[in-house]
Amino acid sequence: MVKMLLSQVKEFKRDSLLAPLFVGGETVLEVLIPFMMSSIIDNGLNTGNMSYVYRTGALMLVMAMLSLVCGILAGRYASRASAGFARNLRKAMYDNIQEFSFANIDKFSTAGLITRLTTDVTNVQNAYQMVIRMCVRSPLMMVFSMIMCFYLNPELSMIFPVAMVFLAVALALIMVRAHGYFRRLFHKYDDLNACIQENVTAIRTVKAYVREDFETEKFKEESRWIQFLSVCAEKLLVLNAPIMQTTMYTCTLLLSWLGAHIIVGGGMGTGALMSMFTYSTQILMNLMMISMAFNMIVMARSSGDRIAEVLNEKSSLSNGPHPVMEVPDGSIEFCDVSFQYSSGEGKEVLDHVNVRIESGQTIGIVGGTGSSKSTLVQLIPRLYDVTEGCVKVGGIDVRDYDMEVLRHQVAMVLQKNELFSGTIKENLRWGKEDATDEEIELACRHSQAHEFIEKMPDGYDTYIEQGGTNVSGGQKQRLCIARALIKKPKILILDDSTSAVDTHTDALIRQAFAQDIPDTTKLIIAQRISSVQDADKIIVLDQGRINGFGTHEELLKNNEIYRDVYESQVKGGEEE
Amino acid sequence: MSENVREVKGPGANRQAASGGVKAEKPGKTLLRLLAYIFRYYKIPFVFVVIAIVISATVGVIGNLFLRTLIDSYIVPFIGQESPDFGPLLRALLQMAAIYYTGVIATYTYSRIMINVSTGTLKRIRDDMFVHMESLPIRYFDTHAHGDIMSCYTNDTDTLRQMISQSMPQLISSAITLVTTFTSMVILSPLLTVLIVFMAFIMIQVTKKIGSKSGVYFRAQQKNLGKVNGYIEEMINGQKVVKVFCYEDKAKEKFDSLNNMLFESADRANTMANVLMPIMGNIGYINYVLTTVLGAIMAMSGIGGMTLGSLASFLQMTRMFNMPITQISQQFNFIVMALAGADRIFALLDEKPEDDDGYVMLVNAKEDGEGNLTESESRTGLWAWKHRHGDGTVTYRKLAGDVVMEHVNFGYTDEKIVLHDISLYAKPGQKVAFVGATGAGKTTITNLINRFYDIQDGKIRYDGINIQKIQKSDLRRSLGMVLQDTHLFTGTVRENIRFGRLDATDEEVIKAAKLANAHDFIVKLPDGYDTVLTGDGASLSQGQRQLLSIARAAIADPPVLILDEATSSIDTRTERIVQEGMDHLMEGRTVFVIAHRLSTVKNSNVIMVLEQGTIIERGNHEELIAQKGKYYQLYTGAFELS
Repeated sequence: MVKMLLSQVKEFKRDSLLAPLFVGGETVLEVLIPFMMSSIIDNGLNTGNMSYVYRTGALMLVMAMLSLVCGILAGRYASRASAGFARNLRKAMYDNIQEFSFANIDKFSTAGLITRLTTDVTNVQNAYQMVIRMCVRSPLMMVFSMIMCFYLNPELSMIFPVAMVFLAVALALIMVRAHGYFRRLFHKYDDLNACIQENVTAIRTVKAYVREDFETEKFKEESRWIQFLSVCAEKLLVLNAPIMQTTMYTCTLLLSWLGAHIIVGGGMGTGALMSMFTYSTQILMNLMMISMAFNMIVMARSSGDRIAEVLNEKSSLSNGPHPVMEVPDGSIEFCDVSFQYSSGEGKEVLDHVNVRIESGQTIGIVGGTGSSKSTLVQLIPRLYDVTEGCVKVGGIDVRDYDMEVLRHQVAMVLQKNELFSGTIKENLRWGKEDATDEEIELACRHSQAHEFIEKMPDGYDTYIEQGGTNVSGGQKQRLCIARALIKKPKILILDDSTSAVDTHTDALIRQAFAQDIPDTTKLIIAQRISSVQDADKIIVLDQGRINGFGTHEELLKNNEIYRDVYESQVKGGEEE
Repeated sequence: MSENVREVKGPGANRQAASGGVKAEKPGKTLLRLLAYIFRYYKIPFVFVVIAIVISATVGVIGNLFLRTLIDSYIVPFIGQESPDFGPLLRALLQMAAIYYTGVIATYTYSRIMINVSTGTLKRIRDDMFVHMESLPIRYFDTHAHGDIMSCYTNDTDTLRQMISQSMPQLISSAITLVTTFTSMVILSPLLTVLIVFMAFIMIQVTKKIGSKSGVYFRAQQKNLGKVNGYIEEMINGQKVVKVFCYEDKAKEKFDSLNNMLFESADRANTMANVLMPIMGNIGYINYVLTTVLGAIMAMSGIGGMTLGSLASFLQMTRMFNMPITQISQQFNFIVMALAGADRIFALLDEKPEDDDGYVMLVNAKEDGEGNLTESESRTGLWAWKHRHGDGTVTYRKLAGDVVMEHVNFGYTDEKIVLHDISLYAKPGQKVAFVGATGAGKTTITNLINRFYDIQDGKIRYDGINIQKIQKSDLRRSLGMVLQDTHLFTGTVRENIRFGRLDATDEEVIKAAKLANAHDFIVKLPDGYDTVLTGDGASLSQGQRQLLSIARAAIADPPVLILDEATSSIDTRTERIVQEGMDHLMEGRTVFVIAHRLSTVKNSNVIMVLEQGTIIERGNHEELIAQKGKYYQLYTGAFELS
């Protein structure tokens, strides 16, 4: 995983290497400064050698300046490296996602992809910066400080390894135990958030049943849990500071006692003892930093794993070696098609489907939920590949086409459709980049959208909010149909795309289809029989199989399911 | 673990960025209010916290002062002695040990108390927000993005936690260290202190400069992050559309430019944050060197009574003096962010709740032989409106389900009226159907009866009482609602049905489920009525969810029912089951139904045809068909079938 991610560092390799280099320089200088200070006292002040004091002082100043330069450069490169790394990760993921097939998208879920691109990248970016700065600095600082201490007085320095082991064990124990609580805590956070989310989205239900108090009790119960678990976890964490202080103070006392003996015995100067105090703080502080950095890396690891998953995902669909670049006509043929979402296991979603649709026909598709209507039509623009058999458009297997060419000729209005933030015009131009205003208006007239667009404050330049929240469901569907019409496709597929449109408008749309785009093959999935009854032929799907294929009259006569559906929808009318 | 962190922080992070601000409107005011909020409940603990912090910080300073005594009094005098007496040193060290460990205990004490303060305050903030949110009018939820509301609980509360549990103690401790070190420095050497003050001034200036610059870059970064996240969210949500329209290359192009902008600003903001520490640290070193040299000269020439020992202590002080300045400058950023979060939290808490000045209450009632109603303690199945009049008398009126609307005008905003002069009545047990195109105002009308929204003009009466006079909770209790968007809650199927009436027995739950036609599928679920539903009942089909919501309304057993028939996405066989369930539910109740199905409409006592907020036709099915008006047109499509 790490290797996979690091390959995205690319042009920021230089920054990534320069940063720790300067951090190293800064650290060395920072360690040397307290050492110089001890020698100023011992060799300068104690011997009354003022010129030594000046010389060392000047040297220390130069070193501080150098350290400053190193520090600034290190910060600069570390920032560039991590921000750049994050940029490359985002780009690599986004680009790869663009290659994803529907099957790939289903696998990750949109919410999953979004967090991978946002929060996960931020986590990795922070961890990366931490690594190239802290993970060089802290160990280096510790090692150098130790060396300096041993150089000053090896006997006295024996205190440090003991202190370090004590501190490390204590910190590790705390972290391991707190980790368990945090895990439970985060699960509870999920529950709490689910509770809030439910209340925000279902506020009408809550208010309609006057359940505000009931929900509040539920919420408070969750929030009590959160408080309890937070206290449990943080109770352990706050031990960090006292333990750190205990270790440090104990070291100081021991250094003082033992150091005094050595100094009095003439084994060391007072300046050296002073420096050792400073080094002891540095050693222990940096141990603490390392433990924190370690924690952060562990937390970022799962983010890294998730990013790597996206980067490793290969699109399940690709063009053949010599793709066909033109779609001859709008005929469609399913030859013994079987389909499973995850190949190998699971049930057959489509089971040996055979059907032939002539160019220019209007075909209705009906069937219950789970009868695989959407699946069937999504095979036509090759959004999924068949498991068995083949789908032909214009007499050619869809797998032999260039995907882009195929999808340009097969326009599809998805069941769960989206508009994007931008003006209506911009949204419609998705279908055809260089569509003229006339083309746009024509498509909108056909999809019965023109009238309401005209009534909007800015007409075709009205701004659509993200997710199309400022148009009604029916208006959104009509805009989506218009967007597909602008393509002037050979095949047009409407997947339950007029469900929110009233019957009258629905009828007008179908009428426009029949009159204005007679040559386009039209496939209409619908719940309402009225939406398909005047189609040339109607497919009745049941559990992935074709149960009936014929005209409205034929099906009424000899298809039980169709008759059933029909009667349930017009029961009222028949009683007259 | 971070899987969950992501869940907690995800939406908030985006939104905070999107709104572009990490700056509170009036930081001072917000801060005061926040402090007041915390201290109201934690006055005494906080006193202890401050005392403990003072002890802890003082111990740190004493520890450093001790170095002077150590070197001057216990080490230097003995240098070169044949048999030095370490007794005094031992005593001094033991004394110090006592002081040090007191400090450790103080540190532990204040951090431990702070846990209670911070977790307690956060719990209270969450609870207060939730309680308040539940009291807000529907309008609030219409006008605020759900993600924004959510992030008050997640991201904003999170920054507050950071501030209360870390920044606040840190600030107090830093301030105390600053004051005590400064005092001791003045005592040790007033002359050298002047130098330190001068250097501190430079440090503060540098921090200020970098801070303001980094603030600008930081905001730019957040803004760009918001843009990128927004773009990702939108495009990934519509990824299937992108595929269908072969829009991949254009999507990449736009993403690249946004991504690059984010990189530039993130780079700058990070650089500023990164260089602050080395700059501060090294000014500290320069300070250190200058003090050493100056101190050495003073010690050599004996100016200002400077000794070697006091120089050693003073040098340690200079480092201790620099640390809190750096820390304060670092915490400052967190506090600004937390205040911005607190601003949003307070904005939620300041939202005006639904006003409810109704005084007519719904009570259990008993009826004597002559039809006189009296209030009853226990559930009788009979309900009455308890009307307390101005003169102190109380009258009771039987809950029947008679609804009248008189010349009602309504608009979501005052400028745009969406319902014009609506008048209608429904006698108990009658069925009123609304038909019309999307946006004609059908749903709006039903939302007025239960006072989800308040009307601008006109009157709505329930059993002859103006609904403005009825307590909202009682009004809604007397109305059942089955909405088109069915919402289920995390919990068992049983709990979800019982949502309609909390004291319903298990038998009643099953009875309601049977009435709603839901029983059959429920018993087939893995754990029957105890099957746990999550994620808005994601494991159920839409039809099944709708059956549950019908059962929920059935168990509430209200005299008046508002139904919004679902149109699409249910397959016909399920639809028939749902329809049957609805028909059962409607029996014997006053019903307002937003109708999409012919059979529903046909069985209605009266049909209202709506167009652009006005009732354009009314009457029963036969009458309207005979009129050959809009109703006739609307349903011609369906009629051609028969």
